[in-house]
Amino acid sequence: MQWLNVFIQGSLLGGIYALFAIGLSMSFGIMRLVNIAHGDFIVLSGYVALVVTQSTGLDPFSSLAIVVPVMFVLGYALQRGLLNQTLTGGLLPPLLVTFGISIIIQNGLLQGFGAYDHRLQEGAIETASIHLPGGIDVGVYPLLVFAVAVFSIASLQFLFYRTGLGRAFRAVSDDADTAELMGIDNRKLYALALGIAMIFTAIAGVLFGIRTIFDPAAGPIRLILAFEAVIIGGLGSMWGTLIGGMVLGIAQSVGAALDPTWQILAGHLAFLAILILRPNGLFPRTRD
Amino acid sequence: MADVAADPAPDLEPVRVDRATKASRVFAALAAVALAALISLPWWGDAGWMRLIAEMAYYVALAQLWNLLAGYAGLVSVGQQAYVGLGGYMLFYLTGVWNVNVYVALLLAGPFAGLMSIPVSFAVFRLRGAYFAIGTWVVSEVFSLLASLILVLGAGSGMSLTVPILREISSDRDVRDTMLYLMTLAMSLLVFAIVYSLLRSRHGLALTAIRDSEPASASLGVNTFRTKFIIYVATAACTGLIGGLIFLQKLRISPEAGFSINDWTVVVIFMVVIGGIGTLEGPFIGMLVYIILRELLADYGTYYLILLGVLAIVIMLKAPMGIWGWVIHRYDLQLFPVGRRLRLEPTDDPSKR
Amino acid sequence: MTLLRTQNLSAFYGDFQALFGIDVTVEQGETVAIIGANGAGKTTLLRAIAGALATAPDTVLFEGKPIGHMTPHEIVRLGIAMVPEGRRLFPSLSVEENLLLGTHSNRAGPWNLSRIYELFPRLNELRHLPATSLSGGQQQMAAVGRALMSNPRLLLCDELSLGLAPVVIRDIYRCLGAITADGTTVVLVEQDINRALDASTRFYCLQEGRLALTAPTKNFDRAALTAAYFGM
Repeated sequence: MQWLNVFIQGSLLGGIYALFAIGLSMSFGIMRLVNIAHGDFIVLSGYVALVVTQSTGLDPFSSLAIVVPVMFVLGYALQRGLLNQTLTGGLLPPLLVTFGISIIIQNGLLQGFGAYDHRLQEGAIETASIHLPGGIDVGVYPLLVFAVAVFSIASLQFLFYRTGLGRAFRAVSDDADTAELMGIDNRKLYALALGIAMIFTAIAGVLFGIRTIFDPAAGPIRLILAFEAVIIGGLGSMWGTLIGGMVLGIAQSVGAALDPTWQILAGHLAFLAILILRPNGLFPRTRD
Repeated sequence: MADVAADPAPDLEPVRVDRATKASRVFAALAAVALAALISLPWWGDAGWMRLIAEMAYYVALAQLWNLLAGYAGLVSVGQQAYVGLGGYMLFYLTGVWNVNVYVALLLAGPFAGLMSIPVSFAVFRLRGAYFAIGTWVVSEVFSLLASLILVLGAGSGMSLTVPILREISSDRDVRDTMLYLMTLAMSLLVFAIVYSLLRSRHGLALTAIRDSEPASASLGVNTFRTKFIIYVATAACTGLIGGLIFLQKLRISPEAGFSINDWTVVVIFMVVIGGIGTLEGPFIGMLVYIILRELLADYGTYYLILLGVLAIVIMLKAPMGIWGWVIHRYDLQLFPVGRRLRLEPTDDPSKR
Repeated sequence: MTLLRTQNLSAFYGDFQALFGIDVTVEQGETVAIIGANGAGKTTLLRAIAGALATAPDTVLFEGKPIGHMTPHEIVRLGIAMVPEGRRLFPSLSVEENLLLGTHSNRAGPWNLSRIYELFPRLNELRHLPATSLSGGQQQMAAVGRALMSNPRLLLCDELSLGLAPVVIRDIYRCLGAITADGTTVVLVEQDINRALDASTRFYCLQEGRLALTAPTKNFDRAALTAAYFGM
């Protein structure tokens, strides 16, 4: 029974990792841009929520009403103003520019908030749990986060496959040159893509910030976890990313059950193993 | 009398392949003078200067290696700090746990890192582009985590170099400082010589071809995978040696310090990018810019890192070729000649006039 | 009235010059053919008009206004649509989704989904299939339909016959006839000289980036054309 518990906890953990991964997946899928600062934006969302909750007295969930639009605008402006210019220079410019942004965010946060740990407080829901038969306790909060992840992916799938905007995203992802020849304004579309990606990044940042402490340097590990979920699941498949997140979460849970200090390492090792054995991930879809 | 019928191309003038340029000859002379000054530093400078120059020397070496990897082989790794840490830990492990002589341990640090890079390459070479970069980062994190969990390596607190080990170099502190300084200088020159000769060789041509167009070079018969693999392992080995030397001088190693992405990768990438990626001269310039900025902004804490980030972004957008790239573009200058120029040979042969 | 005019149009790929001072005019309602050997610059010319290649503003004039500096999507909005060389349908989209993409520029006009399906009935049966699973001829029809959905005043067709069987090519050109009968102006690039001359009222012959010959197609002397085509 204890292992069933491990499996359930790990799967639910996968929900937050999938939420981490959505933004990364979107910007790579649509504009072939790997945002090295992605993890730092997750952390930044947490800090924005912190400021909002402290100045307005709102609880973290409600603060999303402000945090999400703020991060959307930030993403849109960043892509439109800066990142769009890096897309034509090959591999290095986007990598190094987003690397630079990562350093700026981390050190800016350090200057502004200090090196201390912070956490968003949502109250009782953080520790509430559902008691299932067989002695299994399922935390309400992890369940909620998992549900948000599923809902987020479902809405994105709806966006991509049932709307005109989604059609445009898929076209640009297939062939950006021809998409422009068909009348699509690529630059605006990319900006919109990063803006939408930031919506989910913001949600992930706030939800995770309630569950776990964060500090200015917490970005890179978030990026790595998001990246591992995407690679394990296979590039190009959103539901695959959810499965990838769950695999990662389960590997971490197994590691933690053996020894709490092995949690993150267990995840990394599972990732490397899958990379060697199934280099295209579990459910690969895109042609690169 | 030459048999004209046997002469295959009687109308072509003989050519000579030139490796050096006029600028490079002048520069070589100046460099020799500078080198003499640096080597003699222990006899006219103080310990502080030696430490600074040693730091500059190992940063240049790290930068040259990252430049080789990313600027020439197209392998943009954000995980080279793994090999710095591996080299450092190997040195401390061999000397501290197995009482191996410090020089032997140092010589083994590099090969050890090179050996570890082989299984790593099996994993990370499956990834491309930016995903390759993050993959190398994950690998480095794995090594860092392992180091923090293994008790014999001191776990989270790390290890220190004990006095007996230092005495193997010399019991006299000044002599020791001088020895370490000269060793670092020699290592830096060695790494530069390896990189330089590699780029001047046939492999260097292959690399430039791969850098310019991988599919095209593959179609011409360049074994891209093997070339990249060899470069990756060689770079890892050299980086391991540098790591050993760095921590020999720092006297302490911990997972955070040994595998620090900020110290060994962020700064190095900054140097290469600002100086001019894909050029041999770039890392030198980038290192100088970094050291100057660091000394100037020493009092401003994290603002200087923010400035580095901003500078990297601006350079990538406005001058992606870096400072030296701009110089080459403007003046067609090359101080470390790796190219080959065809020169028409003036001839005295009357039959060819 | 002159719908499109290029004046002294030159185009470069990096340092390589592909077009040398091309002057072309296209009147409203005409069908103009651009012919020439491989590498003559035909596709480059179309891409320059469509905005995929940057050129000086005044070198391309649409309805008298300079468009050389505009981006492709702005030019589609003005009423120029391209059927690209090699079809270039979007693999992730179905046939119908590819067609619908043409409406992105929101231009009013006679073309809509049902009219496209009237013109190309086969597409209606295949409309939910992934676009690239169709045969070459069907894909070409879909590509033409996609361009028409933006209700263009000027349709640029790049190598409609590329890789297609003669019977299929004949069908496609018949449909083209239906499109031009509506008043749409067409510029077509073709390697198949006979096809091109049969379908057009005037032609331009390009040779290594330069204009070698231009004339009405009616009764034109094929020998003179061959000479210009090969640069003799």
